[in-house]
Formats: sequence, structure tokens, C-alpha cells
Amino acid sequence: MTDQSLNPEDNTAAQAVLVETPFQRFVSEYADNKIAVVSLVVLVAIVVLAILAPWITPQNPYDLAQVSIMDAAQPPGTEAFDGYTMWLGSDGAGRDLYSAILYGIRISLMVGLASGLIALIIGTAIGLVAAYAGGRVDTLIMRAVDLQLSFPAALIALMLVAALGRGIDKIIIALVVAQWAYYARTVRATALVESAKEYVEAARCLGLSHGRVIFKHVLPNCLAPLIVIGTVQTASAIALESTLSFLGVGLRQTEPSLGVLISSGREYIISGRYWISIFPGIALLLTIVSINLVGDQLRDVLNPRLKK
Amino acid sequence: MTVLSVENLQTHFFTRAGVIKAVDGVDFKLDRGEVMGLVGESGSGKSVTGFSILGLVDQPGRVAGGSIRFHGEDLVGKSEEQLRKLRGGKIAMIFQDPMMTLNPVLRIDTQMIEAIKAHENVSKREAWERARDGLGAVGIPSPEERLRAYPHQLSGGMRQRVAIAIAFLNNPDLIVADEPTTALDVTIQAQIIHVAQKMCHERGAAMIWITHDLAVVAGLANRISVMYAGRVVEQGDTDDVIDNPRHPYTVGLLGSVPSANRRGEPLMQIPGMTPNMLNLPTGCAFQARCSRASDACKQAPVPSGEGHLVRCFHPYERVSA
Repeated sequence: MTDQSLNPEDNTAAQAVLVETPFQRFVSEYADNKIAVVSLVVLVAIVVLAILAPWITPQNPYDLAQVSIMDAAQPPGTEAFDGYTMWLGSDGAGRDLYSAILYGIRISLMVGLASGLIALIIGTAIGLVAAYAGGRVDTLIMRAVDLQLSFPAALIALMLVAALGRGIDKIIIALVVAQWAYYARTVRATALVESAKEYVEAARCLGLSHGRVIFKHVLPNCLAPLIVIGTVQTASAIALESTLSFLGVGLRQTEPSLGVLISSGREYIISGRYWISIFPGIALLLTIVSINLVGDQLRDVLNPRLKK
Repeated sequence: MTVLSVENLQTHFFTRAGVIKAVDGVDFKLDRGEVMGLVGESGSGKSVTGFSILGLVDQPGRVAGGSIRFHGEDLVGKSEEQLRKLRGGKIAMIFQDPMMTLNPVLRIDTQMIEAIKAHENVSKREAWERARDGLGAVGIPSPEERLRAYPHQLSGGMRQRVAIAIAFLNNPDLIVADEPTTALDVTIQAQIIHVAQKMCHERGAAMIWITHDLAVVAGLANRISVMYAGRVVEQGDTDDVIDNPRHPYTVGLLGSVPSANRRGEPLMQIPGMTPNMLNLPTGCAFQARCSRASDACKQAPVPSGEGHLVRCFHPYERVSA
């Protein structure tokens, strides 16, 4: 035996060799659940279709020149005035439903993601400050959060949209106001746990500024629950937008989100023209359910307490 | 050259139940390159002393009196910003649990570069090179590779080496080490003590080594301060204190360490428990557990002795050398 092999540092060096990267482990754990994989595939397909909508749809439903009233409320499979086949039928304004749905998903996803992201940023910042500052600041912020969460999100959004008026920007503002508190509460809870850990104290002992400690050290450790709540809240933002649009206070008829399409088909459904409401409804259902299932699986994978 | 001189330091916690005098009149001096062992039981105020020096005593505690002179400048009453510049710069800290003191989601290089750049305006490349050299200096093999690792990929001893490297990154004059070997295996403990000692000798930094383990400081420290209930009860050169303990508490501490030449004999125990810090007895805090206590102990003893201080009315006599 040589002196070299007695050196304990050799062992530790060997231990540190990587078997798989954390990302590879994450992927293989995610793939354990087949339903989650299918959901992810469906979600990706929906997103791709929505992004490619202008190139793969026969009609631009926003362009009034392309929409013909002659095609109004035609059943699935009818040939349109312009010569293409309307596989999913058309709505009361003569829009091809297949095109309208893809454009509708675009709007719904855009509204959901934008409001989700803005609410996440605002809520996270507020939650982190509350947890790190503690004391009166914390109490004040968290009572505001409690107050807000005691009202249903739909009610708050409804009141705001009623006050602000219609339009995409106003809907996004309303959704952000309705949802930031969920992020703030989650982040605060996680950040409180993290702040008590020694590495935060150690970071302060290095002479780092408060901002650096909060955003560089505490925030990255709060990401797992943030990702999970972010997916779930995005799905709920999409549902909320559809609800508002369905109730007629959300988006205008000229910007047909899925909710607007479903709402516009309501008056036809009694006369048997089911497709105007049903097909956008199915699209909405698939979108929300797939996002939620993906979020569930993310929660299971990212939460160490649920690990087998 | 005196690096740090702490005089009559008092750090109190103002809780609803009353004032807890966690540190109540601590004095010591540290010269360049000197290592002082700060020994005591849990709750004796040794860690709070360390945090007081760094100005990191959490609410509801604060330094209520005394002075902490670092290179002659009093740190008590300095602004948060001034203290922040000293922390991690001229005064660094090493913590107990290396599993907890490194941020789990940041790579070693990120954390080390950040520590340098918080105090000096250097390029990232330069900071990286210093981080690499720092890891090399504490005996970490292939430091370039280790820099790219996350903390969970390193062993406990390795992480404590990284923590020591981080503490020495900005060439501090003073290191406060809060039980840095308590969470480690005995074999790793010896290595870490060796590394810390070597770094102090090479860089000329003074170090306060906080521990409850007399055996650890015996081989490491130049001087020992024994703390009990917020006060230093005995202070002197390491050999002197170990060979000639004078305070009954120090005698008890030394007696409760198992040793080879007393094999088979029952270990000595200090009867009773540490006193409730909210309700300290008047006079000597150790009187209830002390075999030598008398009525005189109802008065607070003051430190006495030349060089080897003891805070007791009935100290053990010096064994003449």
C-alpha cells in the first residue's frame, strides 16, 4: 500500500464523481407517470398548434374580409364559401371553428401566461420581502394577503373587469390582482423555512447585501414550490379568463378567446347546433386538464417529502 | 499587535419573559496569529459572543454595553453598512454544520466568487483564480473540478474545507470559528483542525475557536477562556489552564473528559444543570453546582490572578511546577 492510497482526500474525490446530472434524474422521475407524459405531449401539441395557427388554419377569424356571414352556423364538414372544408363547423358569425379555436387557444394561453408570470413576479417579491423582513412588515403584508384570499378569485376579477372595462390588457390586470396573493403566501412560507437555515446566516457573514441574500440565496431555494404553483395558477388563470368571457365581461367578440366562443354558441345549442360550444369547450378542457396534470407531476417530482 | 480587544462585553436579549444576559461582562484580547479557545457548555454565551463580534445578534438581542475594539476601532455602534464591509472581509466566520452553511442550489465557484466580489472590485477571472488557489491552500485536490461541484456532491469534511477556504478568501485578520468540527467524524476533525491551524499560521490571522470540547482546544489554542452563564470564569495559557485548572467549573470540565491514564475509574460529573438564564442567582452563577461554595459566593466574584485569571473565591491552588 502506498502513501497515496492512505490519503483520505482520494476517497472524497472519487465520491464526488457524478452518476447522472440532476436534470437527467428529474426527467426520468417525471417519466415514471404515463398519464403525466401523455398530458405533457398533449400540452406541447396544443401550444405548437396555437403558435402555428396563422400558417395552418384556412382562415384568419380576426380578418373580417375573410369571414363570410353566408357560412354562419354550418355543421361540421360543410364546405365554406371560400372553398375549404370546415371540419368543425362554423360559429354564428361565420367563422371557421377550427381556425377560431386555434386562435382562441392563442389568446387564452397568452392571457394565462402573461398574468401568471406578472402575478408570479409581484407575488414572489412581496412574499420574499415579508419573510426576510419579518416583524411588522410581515404581519402587514400577510394580513393583506389573508384579506384578499378570503374572497373568491373569480369575484375579485369580476369586480375589477366590471370597473376597468373589457380588453386583453384589463383582463390581465384583473387576473394579476386576483392571483398575486397565492404566490406571495407560498413563497413566504418557503422563504421563512429557508431563511432560518444556516447558509443564509453564512451569506450574511460574508458581508453580502440584503438584496443579494434574498434574491441570490433564498429565492433559488424557493423555486420548486414556485414552479408547481405557477403551473396550477396559470391553468386557473385560463379558466378564469374563460369564465369572465363566458359571462360577457371579459374579451370582446372580435377577440374570440375560447370563453367567448363557448358563450357565442350558447344560443345555438338548443336548436341542436352543438358544435359551436362543444368543440371550443373540449379544447379548453384539454388545455386546462393537461396543464394541471403536468403541474401535479411536477409537484410530486419536486417535493422531496413525496419521494419514495 | 492586538487585533481584537473585547472589554466588558454585554449582550442581552430583551424578551417578554425578561432580560436574558447571554453575555455579561466578557473580556479578552487577541494578538496577531493567536488562537483562543472559547470553551463552555451549551447556553454559556460562547456563540453569542462570536455573533456579537460580527454584529449579527438577532432581535430581540443587542449589545447592551462594553466595547469590541478591532484594530483599535470600536465595532459597537458602527452602522450596519460599516459592519457589512468588515464581515467576510477582515472578520470572517466558520460555522458548525458544513452541510448547512453552503447554499445547496449554488455551485462552489458561484459562492466563492460572490464572496470575493462583495468586498473587492476584481474581475470574475481574477476572483475565480483566487477561489481556486484558496481551495488548493486548504488541501482540496483538483480544485478546478471541485469549483464546478454543488455542495451535495462533496463530503462533510470537504465542505468544511470549502467553508474554511471561503473564510480565508479575503485575507481576514480575525476568524470566528463556531464549533466547526462538532458535526464531523473524529478523523476528519483532526484534519480540519490541522488545516485551520496551518491557515492561521500562514496568514497571520487571529482566531477564536468556539467549542465545548476541551480536548480539541488543548491541541490547537494558545489560550483558553472558559465561559459559564455568560461570564468568563477562567482564562489563561492553554497549558496552564489544562495542567493547573483553578476554577471548580474548569476542574469539573476537565474531569469529565475520559482519558487513558484514568481508565476504569468513574468519570467525574458536574452535578445539576446550567442555571436558568432568566433567573440567575446573585453572586457566583456556579454556586449551586459547586462543591466548594460557601456564603461568600453570594457576592459576585471578580477575576483575580496574574495572566491566569480566575473568577472564584475558592480557587484550587496552583500545583507548583
